[in-house]
Amino acid sequence: MLEIRNLHASVTGNEILHGVDLNVKAGEVHAIMGPNGSGKSTLAGVLAGREAYEVTEGQVRYNGKDLLEMDPETRAREGLFLAFQYPVEIPGVSNTYFLKAALNAIRTHNGLEPLDAMEFLSLVKDKIKLVDMPGDLLNRSVNEGFSGGEKKRNEIFQMAVLEPKLAILDETDSGLDIDALRIVADGVNKLRSKDNATVVVTHYQRLLNYIVPDYVHVLVDGKIVKSGGKDLALLLEERGYDWVREELEVGA
Amino acid sequence: MSDNELHVLASYKSSFDRLEQSLNGEAASQLHTLRRRALTALEEKGFPTTKEEEWRFTNVAPIAAKSFVPVLHYSHEGVTRADAAKSLLSDPEAVQMVFINGHFSSELSSASIADGKVRVTNLATAFRTEFESVSRHLGKYVRHDENAFTAMNTAFVLDGAYVFVADNAQIEAPIHFLFIAAGNKSVMAAPRNLIIAGKNSKVSIIETYVGLTATPYLSNTVTEFVVGENARVEHDRLQDEHRDAFHISTVHFQQSTNSNVVSNAINLGGSIARNGITSVLAGEGIETTLNGLSLGTGTQHIDNHTTIDHAKPHCASHEIYKAVLDGKSRGVFNGKIFVRKDAQKTDAKQTNKTLLLSDEATIDTKPQLEIFADDVKCTHGATVGYLDDEQMFYLRSRGVGFEQARDILTFAFAIDVINRVHVDALRNRLEAMIHERLQEGRQLEK
Ligand SMILES: Nc1ncnc2c1ncn2[C@@H]1O[C@H](COP(=O)(O)OP(=O)(O)O)[C@@H](O)[C@H]1O
Ligand SMILES: [Mg+2]
Repeated sequence: MLEIRNLHASVTGNEILHGVDLNVKAGEVHAIMGPNGSGKSTLAGVLAGREAYEVTEGQVRYNGKDLLEMDPETRAREGLFLAFQYPVEIPGVSNTYFLKAALNAIRTHNGLEPLDAMEFLSLVKDKIKLVDMPGDLLNRSVNEGFSGGEKKRNEIFQMAVLEPKLAILDETDSGLDIDALRIVADGVNKLRSKDNATVVVTHYQRLLNYIVPDYVHVLVDGKIVKSGGKDLALLLEERGYDWVREELEVGA
Repeated sequence: MSDNELHVLASYKSSFDRLEQSLNGEAASQLHTLRRRALTALEEKGFPTTKEEEWRFTNVAPIAAKSFVPVLHYSHEGVTRADAAKSLLSDPEAVQMVFINGHFSSELSSASIADGKVRVTNLATAFRTEFESVSRHLGKYVRHDENAFTAMNTAFVLDGAYVFVADNAQIEAPIHFLFIAAGNKSVMAAPRNLIIAGKNSKVSIIETYVGLTATPYLSNTVTEFVVGENARVEHDRLQDEHRDAFHISTVHFQQSTNSNVVSNAINLGGSIARNGITSVLAGEGIETTLNGLSLGTGTQHIDNHTTIDHAKPHCASHEIYKAVLDGKSRGVFNGKIFVRKDAQKTDAKQTNKTLLLSDEATIDTKPQLEIFADDVKCTHGATVGYLDDEQMFYLRSRGVGFEQARDILTFAFAIDVINRVHVDALRNRLEAMIHERLQEGRQLEK
């Protein structure tokens, strides 16, 4: 589904990703772990099409197409979804209005009829249960005045409505208490299927108790330095990122 | 004054002479004395230039260079009921009157209203039927010699809207005056409107200005509001003139103790539009709210000058003016707030926000607070910015296309002003119009 080859990316002339390789197949869950500032959000942003990042080398294929050629909306319409680490507040734009516009743009792109107001409403009522989100958040402005937890749930709610093929969750666990974490993880798990894939970006192992990954990758200083199964996350939790760095130095 | 300007002024003078000849016995009246004084003021002052502080950012030379023809008599100019219907409110309760080039069109209007509670008619009729009230108020608030435009409007006072709301009368149905410019002459339409709201009364007045002609014309309007004690007035003003037209307006609210005025001024049209809105808070416990929204595209120039004059203690004023400027359009906002020595405990808040949709659009914004009392709360703030990149990316990352994302964010910026309009039929219409204009603006920029 997603093939990243030797990806280099910079922001304002500074290279942040120094050659990332990653393969994600349908049905898989990958976790990308790494210390703060290692480039996790940069990687997620490059994949979603954030303009501030410049890809200087490498390529990304997504379902056989050149992902980097597409603008952000086309990526989304082709089934890519990024749950933002810091969801953006948009005063004056209602959550449902925005989401309906998004869903119908995706449906139209994929040759489906847009949903009318009634159909959309019943879909939304169905999906909101998944994240246990208070219904009034739907009519409020996008993320405006939402608590940290509400913002993260709103991301997962949007994901539930848009049903992406590839979801990238950027630190969706940070700032959540354990109950909220469980709700978010439950939501993600319910959406898992053999046809879609999830990339969970996280700083802590905690989330991976709830969303169990097939693969764990460690990103340090803009490179994936270690990959393994779900046990790697536990090892990291136990020994810390310094352990990976030390191992690297020994290896070098 | 240039030769050309002298020539233009001479043409207004000769129109004035024609008007005078048609007056017969009325020429000696008090009203006509006012007209004559206004003409003299026009001849003496000439048109303002950008050297004057009040007109620094708005160059009216294109208006001063042309002899617009004052319209002295009603003519329907081929405007049909269907034409008017497009700009009327779809509210069966609304009282709606249509004016063509500043003159009342009885053929296109619903019957005027005169009962114990409210009288809605045209000024030419009110001169005859409400002579006393008209002569008590007309021209008492907007000075005929304030500038060339108030002078021209006053020199050619002939018709316009007239409303008298009796004490204690609560008028729920909106009263809508539709001013249509039409015909193939470069006319000056100069409606003169007078609205008198009695003690404890309540009324909503809507003015709409549209143009059905591509021949450049000048709308030069004056509206005076006399707001009685404890009266509540909403004034919604939609300026949607032809894009080649000029629109100059002067609105004045004279407010008495404990009265409440909400003014919503929406500006969409015109090649040069300049609006002067003044509230004089001449009593205690008064509240004034001035809201504005301007959308500019192409080379439109839209100028809003507001003045809030706190003369007495314990009054509050709220002001929010927004502009969305695309293309090479230019906006001007000048917000004066006076707090006189007497006006302790004044609470005044002013906000001006501009969204620039293109690199070539510009805004000149100037708050002007002159505070002579010491125990007051006055705040003001102005922001100018482009669409937020993060918000754009967020919307697009969900599949919303670039243009739709831009429209959604622009609409969100603009809509909170529209939401302040309480007349449902108008608010819904404005909402649809803003949607339409944003898309149209986008087409223009392509
Ligand atoms: N927009 C940006 N402008 C400048 N520097 C940035 C920007 N985004 C990220 N960086 C820098 O790139 C590095 C990686 O950041 P980020 O990808 O956010 O890391 P992580 O998500 O792993 O914490 C950091 O040194 C950060 O300061
Ligand atoms: Mg991050």
